[in-house]
Amino acid sequence: MASTRQPNSIDSTAFAGGRTAAAPAGSMRHLLIRMRRRWQLYLLLLLPLAYIIIFNYIPMLGAQIAFRDYTASGGIWNSEWVGLANFERFFNSYQFSRLIVNTLSLGLYLLVVGFPIPIILALSLNQVRTLWFKKTVQMVTYAPHFISTVVMVGLILQMLNPRFGILAQLTAALGLAPASVMSKPDLYQSIYVWSDIWQHMGFAAIIYLAALTTIDPALHEAAVVDGASRVQRIWHIDIPGILPIATMLLILNFGNFINIGFEKVLLLQNPVNTSVSEILDTYVYKVGLASPTLDFSYATAIGLFKGVIALIMVVVANSSVKRLGQESLW
Amino acid sequence: MSILRLPSIQRKSGSSIQESRGDKVFSWINYTFLTIILIVVLYPLIYTLSASISAPSAVISGKVILFPVDFSLVGYEKIFSYPTFLNGMLNSLFYTIVGSSVSVVVTFMAAYPLTRRDLPGRRFLTVLFFFPMLFSGGLIPFYLVVRDLGLVNTRWAIVIPTALSVWNLIITISFLRASIPDELYEAAQIDGCSDIGFLLKIVLPLAKALIAVLFLVYAVGQWNQWFFSLVFQTNPDLLPLQNILRNILILNKVDLGMMADIKRMADQQALQEQLKFSSIVVASVPVLLLYPFVQRYFVQGLTIGAIKG
Repeated sequence: MASTRQPNSIDSTAFAGGRTAAAPAGSMRHLLIRMRRRWQLYLLLLLPLAYIIIFNYIPMLGAQIAFRDYTASGGIWNSEWVGLANFERFFNSYQFSRLIVNTLSLGLYLLVVGFPIPIILALSLNQVRTLWFKKTVQMVTYAPHFISTVVMVGLILQMLNPRFGILAQLTAALGLAPASVMSKPDLYQSIYVWSDIWQHMGFAAIIYLAALTTIDPALHEAAVVDGASRVQRIWHIDIPGILPIATMLLILNFGNFINIGFEKVLLLQNPVNTSVSEILDTYVYKVGLASPTLDFSYATAIGLFKGVIALIMVVVANSSVKRLGQESLW
Repeated sequence: MSILRLPSIQRKSGSSIQESRGDKVFSWINYTFLTIILIVVLYPLIYTLSASISAPSAVISGKVILFPVDFSLVGYEKIFSYPTFLNGMLNSLFYTIVGSSVSVVVTFMAAYPLTRRDLPGRRFLTVLFFFPMLFSGGLIPFYLVVRDLGLVNTRWAIVIPTALSVWNLIITISFLRASIPDELYEAAQIDGCSDIGFLLKIVLPLAKALIAVLFLVYAVGQWNQWFFSLVFQTNPDLLPLQNILRNILILNKVDLGMMADIKRMADQQALQEQLKFSSIVVASVPVLLLYPFVQRYFVQGLTIGAIKG
């Protein structure tokens, strides 16, 4: 490590001389000296480290209440140990299969529809030669990304309102009866997914647009000289050009697809659609924090079950990205 | 589409390479496609803006289609004379300013040491900071920690537990690595500059733009957050704007006292619907004003994080 040359050179040269003779005990001392020299960096890390330990690692220890019967008096460490009872209760409950189906189907729907659309948008934008038009489309399609989830759901409800809103006007124009789509459980997932695409497609396209700019223009010039059409150039140059990043994102999204943005799921819920809108995360919240009998242990067990599956999926996804020779998540 | 895939090499003699007919058709389709997308994204936004400045009765009877009908600012008048809404706005302002400041400071305190190659244990520490992205103890154990710290029903429940975003930490680290070469550290050390001195005198001035945008990104997050307030704050006086909006927009809970001067039930209903549009506008305008600045950074951040690796 050449960069560790220090201003207090007497110290370091003296030590460098003794280094060859010193055995393991010496390298330990060496490490301590190097650490002491960087004490200011550790001082800086103190606060963020405390933060991450308190709000991330202590909850990981706290997750052990999934294996206990949590009581206020016993707390995390002294409540009665019940082993896998909470998990068994969940696996045997009538909610189990429904929650799994709802979570997986919503996540998969979002992945299957939400993955290709930003790519199509980016490829399409990349073909635009009129700069002001391209900039306008980009500006407008990025904007909804910054709208809050609460406002977004409010907007959905207003747009789909059976009395006014765009849907009411469309049905009226077509001479149909006004439809109350929010009270149709069958449509819940579609409303969730397509409004998500409306909100985020422009933003998700950014990464592909950036990847498209890294493609060597000489490829396109050569193709033009050879008489390739635009479609052919998209097919044979643009798509192969963004394929590596698209593959990586697909795998990472797949690893992540169980982690659905549950705030929006919760906000879009109403008494009519809970049979399809209840997913693992919202159920954890309801059991643990929003029911008359707060069952911390049971809710934690469900959360832990999901967290472990999510971890396995992300790790598998990331190692497959690595196997493909791409930059991985870590 | 099948026509488009045919090789359409049609060169006119004498002239240089021109757009073939197939390409022109493609171009036309492409512009149409993007125009449709533009309209689909823009329409709800324009509709909301128009509805917010139309007469409530025109909104609820579906007369507003694109442009405002019977111009009226009654929705804004009502929303700005609604104490709960104003209080929520002040709370949001507090959470946004204080929360984002704390976040920026904490993010830099973590990011700077983690970019120093001569920090013993850097790899271990980096993993320690990044691992929570992959696995967490879950909502309930997190809630218990915040509760046991005595933060529930205080303003700090919103500011402190969300202080550090690992994603922003990663972006800050890769920015610092890309923009501050190791040689600079070495040169400063030879001149006797301490590690903290280096952060204050060299890193922070070089990272001014990053600080500004990091602040904006955290600010957008804080302004838009509602779930932590739902969980940690039962005292309505502490709730931020988003939770007030949730009552108005989604739960249809509006304090009817503010409509006391309106006698007819139908008018009250109309106003309640129109209030939704004006409150959407009021809550979203601050963020959409910031967005052109934030957007550029996101593009850079995403590019640094994903393409250059």
